[in-house]
Parts: sequence; structure tokens; C-alpha cells
Amino acid sequence: MTTILSIRDLRKSYADGFEALKGVSLDIEQGEILALLGPNGAGKTTLISTVCGITTPTSGTVTVGGHDIQTEFRAARRMIGLVPQEIALEPFEKVWNTVRFSRGLFGYGSDNARIEEILRKLSLWDKRKNAIKELSGGMKRRVLIAKALAHEPRVLFLDEPTAGVDVELRKDMWEIVAELKKAGVTIILTTHYIEEAEAIADRVGVIDKGELRLVQDKNTLMAQMGKKQIEVMLADPIQAIPDSLAVHNLTLNGNGDALVYTYDTQADRTGITTLLNDVAQAGLVLRDVQTRQSSLEEIFVNLVSGEPA
Amino acid sequence: MNWSAIAAIYRFEMARFFRTLAQSFLSPVLSTSLYFVVFGTAIGSRIQEVEGVSYGAFIVPGLIMLSVVMLAISNASFGIYFPKFLGTIYELLSAPVNFIEIVIGYVGAAATKSLFVGLVILVTATFFVDIRIEHPFAMAAFLILSCLSFSLLGFIVGIWASNFEQISLVPQLVVTPLIFLGGTFYSISMLPPVWQTITLFNPVVYLISGFRWSFYGLADVPIGFSLLAILVFTGTCLAVIGWIFKTGWRIRS
Repeated sequence: MTTILSIRDLRKSYADGFEALKGVSLDIEQGEILALLGPNGAGKTTLISTVCGITTPTSGTVTVGGHDIQTEFRAARRMIGLVPQEIALEPFEKVWNTVRFSRGLFGYGSDNARIEEILRKLSLWDKRKNAIKELSGGMKRRVLIAKALAHEPRVLFLDEPTAGVDVELRKDMWEIVAELKKAGVTIILTTHYIEEAEAIADRVGVIDKGELRLVQDKNTLMAQMGKKQIEVMLADPIQAIPDSLAVHNLTLNGNGDALVYTYDTQADRTGITTLLNDVAQAGLVLRDVQTRQSSLEEIFVNLVSGEPA
Repeated sequence: MNWSAIAAIYRFEMARFFRTLAQSFLSPVLSTSLYFVVFGTAIGSRIQEVEGVSYGAFIVPGLIMLSVVMLAISNASFGIYFPKFLGTIYELLSAPVNFIEIVIGYVGAAATKSLFVGLVILVTATFFVDIRIEHPFAMAAFLILSCLSFSLLGFIVGIWASNFEQISLVPQLVVTPLIFLGGTFYSISMLPPVWQTITLFNPVVYLISGFRWSFYGLADVPIGFSLLAILVFTGTCLAVIGWIFKTGWRIRS
């Protein structure tokens, strides 16, 4: 894999002393989808704005395709597309013109075939002659994506692309992202929605209070999340786990009235049936059975609150 | 230079002008006609001639400057303030463009629009009075330089402004008084000697004087001073814009 975006010890402090980024370092591989999770004010948008050139970093370096964003800003920015969080569009301009404007701004001539291809891909072709103000919110978001793609970027930043959109449009967005990935575009998206990260990301990064707390392969996180616990509540408390149950991965709770069994939901066999049979054979009487799963959300909340996951 | 970006900004800004072409065209024609009716006919009937030029013809250069300066400021300030207001400036800041390209695009478009209006007023004026242009190249140079320099000023106003009220503040509170007191409708020689001296501190005097000289060969101040004044003004605006982009003042956090 080739690193397409490299962030090293990136810091951003504002005049009032607020530190929005406290030394973020991150490498992003070409063609991957990275989801940046974090609460409001965590520094997600500041990170994106700094990489894209909207905010000036206080210190640190960022290279895109090997080009420094400050000393070689033209080459670096040509590789980047940005879809902002807010719908910011000139209301009276036509869809076609605004996409052509974006292409021109990034130094490319008006290539009608290319613009048509982008508009068709985003189901905007029929709306090309409409003024932006005539479009629905969902269509406006598509226009923002079309503008960001107009110069054929290699890295696309999507800042909360599905914030405040309905479920159907969210699914549409995920499909668009999947298609872009297929076309080889590297995608960095910020989101509040854990299911969004689960659905489309290759890696997940958690940012909080200007610090990158975790960057992990999504499947590894999923595996962590895939761990499930079953709690077997006993009618009568016991002092120790009977020897006949030693083969199972069990722990006894503090009161001695519940056995906790941890298993992998993604394994071929969970071993629950055998466990319950063995528990009955050991002469233990069941009072209740409960299952518990640590979700990605739980992991995320624990991470940002500083407690172990 | 990112010429495509300059062309894109210029074309985008001009598209806004063409969307409202009727207003862009009719408004200056109507206001010029009104000025001729009020100043040319009502007042002009009492002032026969100014230094050998009919009063109606005398005020034409001032009238053109009045509209050109006001429009240059409002077009350029609105042009850059609107993206700030809408939030679309993110695209400009994240694009591979430098400040020179942004300024050429926005200021170029604003200057073109005001130049167009200036020419419309000139043509409209010919329906009311006889106009002669003794120095056509100087006239063109003064007109273009005025369009450019006040568009630069408008660009600064647009960057500075944090609401729509502030955009109209500078044209209304600063520029309008300077223009009206800058010899648009009279010759400085008509003023009492004290006011003649005070008036020389008004930069617009040099602009209108030079422009009127290109029409009729009449000038309140030497033509070289007029040219120097407008060049210094343009240079100052450019320096301020250069500082704005270097520091990111009111644009980049």
C-alpha cells in the first residue's frame, strides 16, 4: 500500500489560546476509506480544514501525494476534493455552471464530457439546468459532491456527509462512497454515526479534544465488538466453578450467583448449547439467562471519556 | 498562474451581472437621465457655461465617475462578501489559487461591469448634450484605472465587512460625500478660496479633474497630479490586499 496522505504532529491553536489540534499524526493509504469519529468540537473539521488549506496550521506538516500543503500548495490541493459539512452553494447559479466553476478553479478547462459523467453518476443530469435554490436538500448535497469531484481528486474529504439527512439518502451516500472507492479515490469522512463507520469504512479513527485516540482496522474493531457475553444466573449461589465446567471459558461473579461466558459471535460454533447442557448436568439450577454485547459505540464512548473499553 | 481559475471566477461573476442585465442596463440610464433633468435642466438653466463648456456637458465626466466609482465598489465588495456570507468561500480557499489570481478574477469582473455602466452613461449623455472628447486615450485610461482602483477598494470593503450593512457603509458614508464634494457638479474655481484649498485634500477631486480634462481640456489640478493620485490610490489598495492575504485577515483562520 502507498501512503497518499501523511500528517505529522499537526497542531492548531487559535488566538484565544484554544488548542483545536494537539499534535495529530496519521498516515492514510491510497484507496482506503477512513472514518473519523468524534464528538462535537473534537477537532474533526479543524483537521480537515487544515489539510485542505482553509485553516493555517500552527505547526506540523501535511503531505498529499508527497506534496507539502504549504510549500507545494497547488500540487497538493489539486489532489484534494472537499465536501463541507454545511450546504454552501450560490442559490441562483445553475447546477452545470457551478460544477464547471469548481473544475475551472482547480485549473482544469471546461470538459463537458467529464462534467456530464459526474452529473450522471450523481443523478444530477436531469437537474443540470436548474438553479441551486430549486433543489431539495439531498440534491444540494449531491451538487456539493459533484463540485468536489469536478477536478478528479485522488483524495476526497467528506465532512459529515449524512448529518441531518434521511435514511434513504444516507444509503445513497454510502453507495456513492463505495463507487468512488472502486474508482480508486481515497476517502476520509467524519461522522457522528457509528453505523456509518461500520458500513463503509476500512479503518476507523477516533478523535477527541484535538487528539487522535485510536486508529484501527474496522474488522479488528468489529472483532472486539463481536465478543459477546452470556450471563447464566443461578438459583443458588456457588463457591467455585464446578470442575465439569472447566472446559468452558467461564468466570464466576462476585456474589457467586452468576456464571459469565465470553464467546465470539462470528465463530462457527458459539458453544452455548454445550455449556447449558453441562450446567444442567452439573446439577445447577438456572434462574435466568442474559446476553450482553460491547458495541463500537460503547468502545467509542469509553475511549473519549478516558475509561478503558 | 492558474489562468483557468481566473477565467472561472471572472465568468462566474459576470454571469451574475448578465442574469440581471436589464437592471444593470436600465438603472444607470434612468439615474443619468434624472441627473440631467434635475441638474442639467433645472440648475443648468441658471448656470449658462463653465469655462466655455455648457453646464450639462460639464457635469458628464463627473456623472460617469459618480456611477462608475459607486458601482465598482458595490460590485467588488458584494462579489467577495457573498461567498463569505454563503460559506462558499471554502472552495476558493481550498483551491490551488493564490491571492493574485483571486483578485484578478473578482476585481477584473467588477471593473468590467462598472466600465460597461460608465460607457452606457456616456452614450446616454449624448442624447442630452453635445459631448466632445479631446483626449480619448487619456479618457479611456482614466476610466479604466478608476474602475480598477475602486474595484480594489470594494474588494477590501467586502473582505472587511461582516454584514450587509457594512458593505453599504463605505460607499454611502465615505465615498458619496467625497464625490459630491469633489467637483462632480461644479468647478473648484467656483468655491471661496478657503474651500478651494480644503478641497485639494479630497482625492476624488484629482480623479474628476483628470477625467474632465480628457473631455474638454479643463482641469482644476494639473493632469500629472491626477494621474499620480490615481496610481498611488491603486498601489495603496493593492498593498492592503496583499497584506490581507498574507495574514489571512478575516478570511483564513
